[in-house]
Amino acid sequence: MRILLIILLATCLGSLTQAKAQYYDDPKEHQCLKCHSNTSYSFHNELMDREEKRMMNPYYVLDTVAMRTGVHQVFDCTDCHSYEYSTYPHQANLKLEPLATCLDCHGGDETFASYQFERIDEEVQKSVHFDAYGESFNCSKCHDQHTYRPIARTAENVKEIVDYSNKMCLTCHANMQRYEMVAGREKPELVQVHRWLPNQQLHFENVRCIECHTDVTDSLMVSHNIRPKTQAVRNCIECHSGNSKLKASLYKYENLQKRSEGVLGNIISNDSYVIGTHQVPFLQWLSVVILICVLGGVLVHVIFRILKK
Amino acid sequence: MATDKIYYYPLWLRIWHAINAIGIILLIITGISLQSGVESWFVVPFDKAIDIHNAAGVTVTLNYLLYFFGNMFTKNGKFYIVKPKAFLKRPIKQAYYYAWGMFHGMKAPYPLSEKRKFNPLQKYTYILTMYLAVPCVIITGFALLFPELIIEKVYNVSGIFMTAVFHSALGFFISIFLIIHLYIASIGKNPLDNFKSIVTGWHHVTGNNGSNGTK
Repeated sequence: MRILLIILLATCLGSLTQAKAQYYDDPKEHQCLKCHSNTSYSFHNELMDREEKRMMNPYYVLDTVAMRTGVHQVFDCTDCHSYEYSTYPHQANLKLEPLATCLDCHGGDETFASYQFERIDEEVQKSVHFDAYGESFNCSKCHDQHTYRPIARTAENVKEIVDYSNKMCLTCHANMQRYEMVAGREKPELVQVHRWLPNQQLHFENVRCIECHTDVTDSLMVSHNIRPKTQAVRNCIECHSGNSKLKASLYKYENLQKRSEGVLGNIISNDSYVIGTHQVPFLQWLSVVILICVLGGVLVHVIFRILKK
Repeated sequence: MATDKIYYYPLWLRIWHAINAIGIILLIITGISLQSGVESWFVVPFDKAIDIHNAAGVTVTLNYLLYFFGNMFTKNGKFYIVKPKAFLKRPIKQAYYYAWGMFHGMKAPYPLSEKRKFNPLQKYTYILTMYLAVPCVIITGFALLFPELIIEKVYNVSGIFMTAVFHSALGFFISIFLIIHLYIASIGKNPLDNFKSIVTGWHHVTGNNGSNGTK
């Protein structure tokens, strides 16, 4: 009896430690992923009584590797999607069922208070995406719930944040079909529309799209009010001088992130820096004038000291 | 011409001064390096410059406590007390001496003695630098290390950015102070004399021609 209890306890503990990502560990055996992780799928056609192999709609193919590291890794497909999907062919009307939005789970939840989901929602509703696509432009258009990772909070360095953030934009802005579905018109070539931008590649690699295309604030980690292109930052000085746009969110959150790792040394070794303070034109001019006056004064004084010795 | 030596700088003060000097010089060099931008390799690479700047900043801050409490609890503090009498007249007289008098045979108006370690102009500059500029640069520096403490917006300008501008402006003025400090220190019995004093602790006081001490 005692041995049985120990085995039972060990099994329970074992299953607890494996709770993370347990559903996707073996996609080939997973009821949904055995089809939705491949470009083709096989099934038994009962009407014709034969085995068939067909192409999977590429938009319904899931990246099972990314799913295992995504924020929702502990959930199984049918936690969010209807259980009716367990049968194939899937019923047509299942597509019409509403799926849970981010706020349905995260809204008003103290655990996620720091993410400020409600404020993000308000910001999105002011954005150009919402204007173009209304309620249908939900969070998942940018943040794929299957694979999303909060990189801005977990990344090792700023470049990783920039890369992940920009890839979210490029999912549509570098994809004709996706772009046309939302915008209802042809996608402009990003390289062409940003032709005016000096050092284009350098900017694309090191600056998030949202840095220029949103209304940046210190208080929200990532601004979600993506503005029309006419209101995007086009003036070099806005970033590279006085009222630096780069100053705000990324500096503060990188700093806090480094600190949350707990070691005092992280305060000193964090790589954040507020760019552009020296480029306030008036202060720059003033400092040069003061420096010249001081050095000039010292030089004159030295000359007199030598002459009057 | 009577020349005498006074033990002006006790050991704790010299240790403080040495650490402060190295720290401030590192902060100025790395500060300029950071201002030059990410791509610039002014003396040290950008990421190294940030690390050095942060470490030197913390060191100078801790060292400042030594200075602050040293002056509070030893008699060295009394050299910083300002007399209200002729509040402006005294430093102006000293400035006149530096700019004109010393080239025209004028005696130093405030010769240094056991009771007077700093001339009035020197005293005022030290007070402004050590009790105003340095504390402000320390506070803004720490605010930038803990940006959640900073007010989010001042009118329409980011609080973080304002703090950073204020921090670098103060840094600039401390750099200007350093230039003048080093230069005036060369006005002594001979150009190197005052520099030796801050190492050994002993300062030459010249009776009648008015050594102006370190500044």
